[in-house]
Amino acid sequence: MRLSEADSHALAGAPAAPSYLEDGTTVMSWLNTRDHKRIGVMFLASVIFFFFIGGVFALLLRFKLLEPGPFFVDAISYNRLFTLHGVVMIFLFLIPAIPSAFGNFVLPLMVGARDVAFPRLNLASFYLYLTGAAIAIWGMLHGGADTGWTFYTPYSSTSPTQVAPILLGAFILGFSSILTGLNFIVTTHTLRAPGLNWMKLPLFVWGLYATSIIQILATPVLGISLLLVTVERIGGFGLFDPARGGDPVLFQHLFWFYSHPAVYIMVLPAMGVISETVCAFSHKNAFGYRAIAFSSIGIGFVGFFTWGHHLFVAGQSTFVGGAFGLLSMFVGIFTAIKIFNWVGTMYRGAISFKTPFAYICGFLYFLVFGGMTGIALATTSLDIHWHDTYFIVAHFHFIMVGASVMAFLAALHYWFPKMFGRTYPEGWGLVAASLIILGFNATFIPQFLLGNFGMPRRYYQYPEHFQALHVASTAGATLLGFGFVIILIYLAIALRYGERSAPNPWGSKGFEWMTASPPPTHNFDEIPTITQMPHDYRTHEPPGVIRVA
Amino acid sequence: MSHEAAGLPEGIIGHHFSSLSRQNEAMRLGMWLFLATEILLFAGLFTGYAIYRYEFPLAFAAASRHLNLTAGTVNTVVLITSSFTVALAIHFARVDRPRAAAVCLVLTILMALGFLGIKAIEYTEHFHEQALPGKYYAFKEVTIPGAAMFYSLYFLMTGLHGLHVVAGMSVLSWILWRTLQGRYSSRYYTGIELGGLYWHLVDLVWIFLYPLLYLI
Amino acid sequence: MNEFLRRLLFLPEQASTFARDVDQLHFFVIITTFVVSTAVGLTAIFFFIRYRRRSETQTTPHIEPPIWMEALFITVPLSLFIFWFFLGYREFVRQQTPPSDAMDVYVMAKKWMWKVAYPDGPNAVNVLRVPAGRNVRLLMTSRDVIHSFYVPEFRIKQDVLPGRYTQTWFNATTPGRYQILCAEFCGAGHSIMRGEVIVLKPQEFEDWLAYQHRGVVATQDGQPTSLDFSPPLGTMVDQGRRIAAEQGCLKCHSTDGTRHIGPTWLDLYHRREKMTDGTTVDADEAYLTQSMMDPALRIVEGFQPVMPSFQGRLAGPEVAALLEYIKSLQSDAVRTGPSEGPAYAPIRGR
Repeated sequence: MRLSEADSHALAGAPAAPSYLEDGTTVMSWLNTRDHKRIGVMFLASVIFFFFIGGVFALLLRFKLLEPGPFFVDAISYNRLFTLHGVVMIFLFLIPAIPSAFGNFVLPLMVGARDVAFPRLNLASFYLYLTGAAIAIWGMLHGGADTGWTFYTPYSSTSPTQVAPILLGAFILGFSSILTGLNFIVTTHTLRAPGLNWMKLPLFVWGLYATSIIQILATPVLGISLLLVTVERIGGFGLFDPARGGDPVLFQHLFWFYSHPAVYIMVLPAMGVISETVCAFSHKNAFGYRAIAFSSIGIGFVGFFTWGHHLFVAGQSTFVGGAFGLLSMFVGIFTAIKIFNWVGTMYRGAISFKTPFAYICGFLYFLVFGGMTGIALATTSLDIHWHDTYFIVAHFHFIMVGASVMAFLAALHYWFPKMFGRTYPEGWGLVAASLIILGFNATFIPQFLLGNFGMPRRYYQYPEHFQALHVASTAGATLLGFGFVIILIYLAIALRYGERSAPNPWGSKGFEWMTASPPPTHNFDEIPTITQMPHDYRTHEPPGVIRVA
Repeated sequence: MSHEAAGLPEGIIGHHFSSLSRQNEAMRLGMWLFLATEILLFAGLFTGYAIYRYEFPLAFAAASRHLNLTAGTVNTVVLITSSFTVALAIHFARVDRPRAAAVCLVLTILMALGFLGIKAIEYTEHFHEQALPGKYYAFKEVTIPGAAMFYSLYFLMTGLHGLHVVAGMSVLSWILWRTLQGRYSSRYYTGIELGGLYWHLVDLVWIFLYPLLYLI
Repeated sequence: MNEFLRRLLFLPEQASTFARDVDQLHFFVIITTFVVSTAVGLTAIFFFIRYRRRSETQTTPHIEPPIWMEALFITVPLSLFIFWFFLGYREFVRQQTPPSDAMDVYVMAKKWMWKVAYPDGPNAVNVLRVPAGRNVRLLMTSRDVIHSFYVPEFRIKQDVLPGRYTQTWFNATTPGRYQILCAEFCGAGHSIMRGEVIVLKPQEFEDWLAYQHRGVVATQDGQPTSLDFSPPLGTMVDQGRRIAAEQGCLKCHSTDGTRHIGPTWLDLYHRREKMTDGTTVDADEAYLTQSMMDPALRIVEGFQPVMPSFQGRLAGPEVAALLEYIKSLQSDAVRTGPSEGPAYAPIRGR
């Protein structure tokens, strides 16, 4: 099944053109690049950096929670820490992580294009990201915000901390995300290679396409709500201030109109990665290709009509609660379809257990458990007890870390040879994967129990009977942290000293492997003509193209 | 590619597009998507307007009576006319009359300036009457609770729209420059078309703001 | 079985009628979740063992699921989810609709305390006394930001909003003390914004109410002695509050339990404070007066000696008024007198 060296050369054309990594090595050649691959790599480096920053915040929080009373930091610092943890992880890591880093890198390769539709906008998106990040960091260093990443009014409009720069930073990051989404949609529509019709698109592209629709339609609403909080703070406009006739719950509606779909911005690309990798490591076609593709679009669509399930106890009417609860059940269905089809893909496959596959297994378990607890939370009466407790915290970490971060790691290992032409140490990869999966369970299963027990979230001090579970959770988080550090170390070493990898080390039939690894700047010497479905493992033909002799 | 691009100014077709028509298609789609995000940006404010109008119907009606209807109407006419001139500019560019196109663009930009000028006069009136948003509201003639909310929304909506007018003017000026350089012709006019499209959006938002704020 | 599962899942005691019913659904939903996620995980492992890749050149068949199978993937979980939803929604409607015979109690939340008022009875801070076996409706509003009234043992939670009233209700089954927690983030004191529901036997509750109505309150111990005037007690507390603001005491001392530059005044009276020199002091009138006049003498551990002396700046009665004010800052103070009945419309059909 593995392509011979000769095959790959025939495929990639003679390796006359230097890879995109060698095409200019000055700093400016990176900072001023239009190449989607370099922009992808720069995004990757940035999101990993912010992931570790957010992770340090998380560990500091967990360390404080070892003790029920005041300990280590004071209440206001604690509140700032959890706000920053949320803001950094969501706006600076999860939202751009898979689309802007891996999407940018592989989407044009997958559709057989030389670049994304608007390369300059793509670079602008990266600089908007840096600007937003810089403003947010400036805010963090000059007092930080203590509102939680949800910025609920009227607390956020009256809090004495520096909320405005953080809001402004998130606002700008939103525009970065819009531009990326816009680019992906246009690229998918107009730059597909000849022969690549919609029903042959790789599933990762479908996932990104659905994500992009949400980014375009939901992010502006977040933008305007954050802007309104800012004018509320600075100008006293009173839109959310009950003393002036405003309604604080209106903010929650506007906020969740973005932020619920935003959950799918974070998880749909992850599902796309899993659809790709599960095929690549099972060496089998996607079971129910159409079902997986259309359920992405379905999630993108229904995701817009479920925001009210965040407000079951916020004072909305019983009927509205019921309507949102019922609609939320349908989002669950689209996820369930995907899960069945991923498991179906393994059936009668030829599975090789590499590091990414370990993450796939973790992902499946975490997504099912996290997803079904989500359905449980949408079961209105159960939510009354769970709302704003550690149960919610554990639930969304199961989705955000258990699903999205696992998929991010799967993608990182799967495309590492593609991006850098090097291999990572498989043994260390498996060690880190087991540490992470173990540590993750140890961190968040106690948090489910804490939530059941009645521990509210965002508590600096807590009643003593919660302590044992908190200690267990902190222990797990430490393990989790070690796992991530190990990955960072071995990948950094592999980047420099890793063995040169074969052009297609996994024997994958994903279309991004149609070209050399790492690809040349212009991606393809000749735009390929696509005749196969992606991941067609019935033959030994190279991916995508069947050359007519 | 080469045959299509022959005779066009340098750098119009990106290296990654197989043909000019492909690139035009991409640019149009990109613009429409961008317009969708703009509409959703305003949607948040329209939602706010709907909710508070429902909550304070009398205050909103009373405060709305105190806006300068004449100024609002003149501004509407100005903007609609400017949409017409921008459409004409596109037409002239398509029939290879770049000078006429440039004149139309200049007219459009002048009308945009006129719009902002009239808006500025209105704003000055509000400042004199102290009909200001939220906590600064001290307008003597309308004291029903909720009037301050009307002015908050009024300033937010017209303010955000005003920013879009400014953005639109910058886009049109850029296109004017490009037109004078002779970049647009019957063979390539996507740039000017998209600039016009954006200006129509700015106009369209005002078409909604005008009745909501001035008429009802 | 109920008890076993409750303990297994770390659920708190079931102390209201609603708790018992909603937990049944909880068990059903969580067990299903466990079974399904384990089944998916095990299937993946089984497939891996059964369909390992045996050679580099292995090809695999092209399999697509028949349409009936996809239909099954959709309908089976969907019917399960909708079944959950209807079970849950029935309970939800019941929980959102207070019965018409409920006893009303007003709750006012502010940073960071719960004020409780009975329509014609006593007021209290952070302590809600209710009779067992009776429907109690809480009418809640907030003075500042959004809070959330949460009693885990009752499985109830309701956001408390500024500018409007929200309601919730419960029927406590077992006499005892249950913690009230604030579940919506409200600032520095969010995690210490706790109160207590004391569920009394019906007769005890009636006795307590009658006792409160007679106006017999525990007498204030330690009446101030040297006073140039003798204003009524309430005025002295008010006077103390005014002096504290004027003299800038409140710039360093909080009155709501938050740790600031100086120790908080909440519950300060008769608190046992540890000093920097290792000794322990009972914060009585003597110590408090001394701290005002010669603050650097004995500093509470963990604080800096930054307070200026008020020797000569406070007259005797002013010191007394401040002391009275500090004494009044008790987190669980119960006082008598009619509540300031908030305006609210009764439930329809009542």
